[in-house]
Amino acid sequence: MNQLLSFIRKEFLHVLRDRKTLLILFGLPIVQILLFGFALTNEVRNANIVIIDDARDVASREIIGMISASRSFRVREAQGGHSSIDEMFRSGGVKLVVLFPANFNNDLMHAQRARVQIIADASDPNTASTLTTYVSAIIADYQKSTVQSIALPFSISTQVRMLYNPQLKGAPNFVPGVMALVLMLVCVMMTSIAIVREKELGTMEILLVSPFRPMLVIVAKVVPYLLLSLVNVATILVLSTYVLDLPVQGSILLLFGVSTVFILTSLALGLLISTITNSQQSAMLFSMMGMLLPTVLFSGFMFPIENMPIPLQVISNLVPARWYYTIVKAVMIKGLGITSIWRELLVLVAMTVVLVVISVRKFKVRLA
Amino acid sequence: MPDIVIQTRELSKRFGAFVAVDKITFDVKSGEIFGFLGANGAGKTTAMRMLSGLSHPTSGAATVAGFDVFTQPEEIKRTIGYMSQKFSLYEDLTVRENITFFGGVYGLSNQAIKEKSDQLIEQLGLQAEVKKLVGSLPLGWKQKLAFSVAMIHDPRIVFLDEPTGGVDPLTRRQFWDLIYAAADRGVTIFVTTHYMDEAEYCHRVSIMVDGAIKALDTPRNLKQTFNAPTMDAVFYQLARGAQRTAD
Amino acid sequence: MKSSSNTLSNGVVLNSIGKTYDKGAITAVRDVSFSVQPGELFGLIGPDGAGKTSLFRVLTTLLLPDAGTATVAGFDVVKDFRAIRGIVGYMPGRFSLYQDLSVEENLNFFATLFGTTVEENYELIRDIYVQLEPFKTRRAGKLSGGMKQKLALCCALIHKPQVLFLDEPTTGVDPVSRKEFWEMLTRLKEQGITILISTPYMDEAMMCERIALIQGGRIMSIDTPSNIMHAFPTTLYSVRATDAYHLRMDLLAESFTESCHAFGDEVHLTLVHDASGKAAGRQEVIDAMRARGHIDVELREVEPSIEDCFIRLMGQHHA
Repeated sequence: MNQLLSFIRKEFLHVLRDRKTLLILFGLPIVQILLFGFALTNEVRNANIVIIDDARDVASREIIGMISASRSFRVREAQGGHSSIDEMFRSGGVKLVVLFPANFNNDLMHAQRARVQIIADASDPNTASTLTTYVSAIIADYQKSTVQSIALPFSISTQVRMLYNPQLKGAPNFVPGVMALVLMLVCVMMTSIAIVREKELGTMEILLVSPFRPMLVIVAKVVPYLLLSLVNVATILVLSTYVLDLPVQGSILLLFGVSTVFILTSLALGLLISTITNSQQSAMLFSMMGMLLPTVLFSGFMFPIENMPIPLQVISNLVPARWYYTIVKAVMIKGLGITSIWRELLVLVAMTVVLVVISVRKFKVRLA
Repeated sequence: MPDIVIQTRELSKRFGAFVAVDKITFDVKSGEIFGFLGANGAGKTTAMRMLSGLSHPTSGAATVAGFDVFTQPEEIKRTIGYMSQKFSLYEDLTVRENITFFGGVYGLSNQAIKEKSDQLIEQLGLQAEVKKLVGSLPLGWKQKLAFSVAMIHDPRIVFLDEPTGGVDPLTRRQFWDLIYAAADRGVTIFVTTHYMDEAEYCHRVSIMVDGAIKALDTPRNLKQTFNAPTMDAVFYQLARGAQRTAD
Repeated sequence: MKSSSNTLSNGVVLNSIGKTYDKGAITAVRDVSFSVQPGELFGLIGPDGAGKTSLFRVLTTLLLPDAGTATVAGFDVVKDFRAIRGIVGYMPGRFSLYQDLSVEENLNFFATLFGTTVEENYELIRDIYVQLEPFKTRRAGKLSGGMKQKLALCCALIHKPQVLFLDEPTTGVDPVSRKEFWEMLTRLKEQGITILISTPYMDEAMMCERIALIQGGRIMSIDTPSNIMHAFPTTLYSVRATDAYHLRMDLLAESFTESCHAFGDEVHLTLVHDASGKAAGRQEVIDAMRARGHIDVELREVEPSIEDCFIRLMGQHHA
């Protein structure tokens, strides 16, 4: 028994002396609880929706009033036909459009039937369903309360159209997410480990004491992972098209181009990590905690960014995967072209350049 | 009359077709410093593992401190002390914490641990370093401390695997003084080393080549037999003919 | 015939080099100055932690010195580090090889790294490589210590360096391989390459042309091995008896003993000299030991070895 206690005591000492592990052991749960408790949620809040009111009558105004009052929506009213609606989805970040046809109230009163059109951006099927349900519920509420007071039965039917993803398949949501995750994982973790391994083995010393420029060492380490990652992208797209029945709507070339930029970003991150750690173990830990977790949480893939409190939304802007995810969804699911995504692409390119510059600078030409 | 504490009779270890240790036979007396020499891959480490209860022999017979290596390895482990170059102490624990831990692992009572650690610390002159992490000590002190810790449960036999790599000549001698003092008290020391002059410090030396013992005698006799001025030369003569160069 | 490389100026010079770690908390090397002549086989002798690796890393431009200056083949280690990196061969401790590449692949890689081919300088490594050739497709990780050592040396030589730095190349290797290694080095010397080698084995010091004894980051002595041994300030005796351990204990207790250390089955003894330079006589020592019950006491004068000198210098340098 005494022996067991000695051993347990020793293990405690090892753990308590290891600051980095302690940080993760205690810090991580706290951060996670706070994040999940307050910030990350599937509950919809402040969703951008547009209402096109061709009726402008009592009924429509009342319904619109009820919708606007809801915390879930940020309502903007607009005019326009179908081409402008397409534009709204394409560039405006609009999640939902509600259309009240002309003569809405009249139809209700006299024909006892009227229709409201709801068009949702189903590239994120969860949000689309949620929003559609909310709006439908509000309309149903209106229907119920009004019917009671007027004693005239009428029904409002909603015609729902799910754009980009009519069958509400989950794939459109997670395929881009998986791409971002996989590329991040391979590039960041594997690159940092590969470079740190040389340091650990001692072969880095010999590489440095040679006429071979350190820059080229970096390139040599990075190229295999660049090529492998492109193969990964191709594999995911092939599987998506033929197995998940989710073909690429937009330009495949553009997709590969954008992916290459993101791969470079991740490789630069991997390089950066390798300059601040000395053991493969901490490289792995850093990559996991430092990179993967924020990517999963803040890229918008699991938890919509609009649902987060403002400070976290700001943080998510710093996560490269967020921009990549947005672009991939736009190109792959919505079939958009470079004119729609050039802003996000620019942000990604800028991030890449900055990271590459910093990490190359930090790469030590000497051992210390 | 010193009694025999280690006895082997044609002890062998085979890994499939490969014979790592080939029918070794020898006796070691109480209080003897027995040097176990051989090139890397000659079979020293395997032989030592069998004798310290860590590895199950394939054939032959051996007893250590009266316990049979085939049927009583656990008793052997409890009776012996062990120190190797690859591992000795935990670098991220203090001197005292290391002593306390190993004392506990060897089954000493708290009272005994306290007494022993005070004794040990005083003997080694480490009073000022007691609360320091072992990792921050110079190599020589670490080794001396590791040896003392391996002895903390007063084992009758101590196995030392390459214990003095890399230290300066003075510290090495101080380390051997600790070994001598222990041998004087009747502890049997079984030591392997690459330093041929340390072979001279031993009472008797055995040289293993290709798994078998090719020579076993006092250093003085060996030098006479092989007509060599130093143990280095003796070793060289024997090792040169070796077939095995595997690590 | 001298090799085609520029061997006229491939010496190494150090001036008051200092190196600290942890923002000055640990001093690895302090005020080290010496020069190595072109084509010399120079040994840095000292135990672990003496500062040998730190010095080598400064000279191979892997670390910046905190004090002093140094040049390798005329190039400054700080300013002209790129030039140095093109002309040195470096074999760090633990023979850094790519474990999962074969012998051939390792050699080819290092040749390419230095912009040359295996064929170009094969003559230089031929004698060593013939021993490796039977294993050329074997993974480096599966080689024995002695083989790894030979391969690492080939990889360090394959680009025909002007200066070769070998950091503890014989540590952990069996004595037979060690001897062979030194034979290889002596043959290399004939090529005009300057060789700096560090080792904790005192007996290897004898194989070098000149040596520097280093301990605690400081150089205790620099000279040829024989000069160092001749500089031993007093007479050294070797005493033997049946019980070497107790002999030493008893000698330590005597007032005529200045120092005595174990050396195998002998004890090396130096005697106290009084103001007029007189010390106890041989017979006096022998009698004293016999009186204490020692059997077969023998005493003779011996030439001090490098280890004797090292121990004596260590004692002098301890504050």
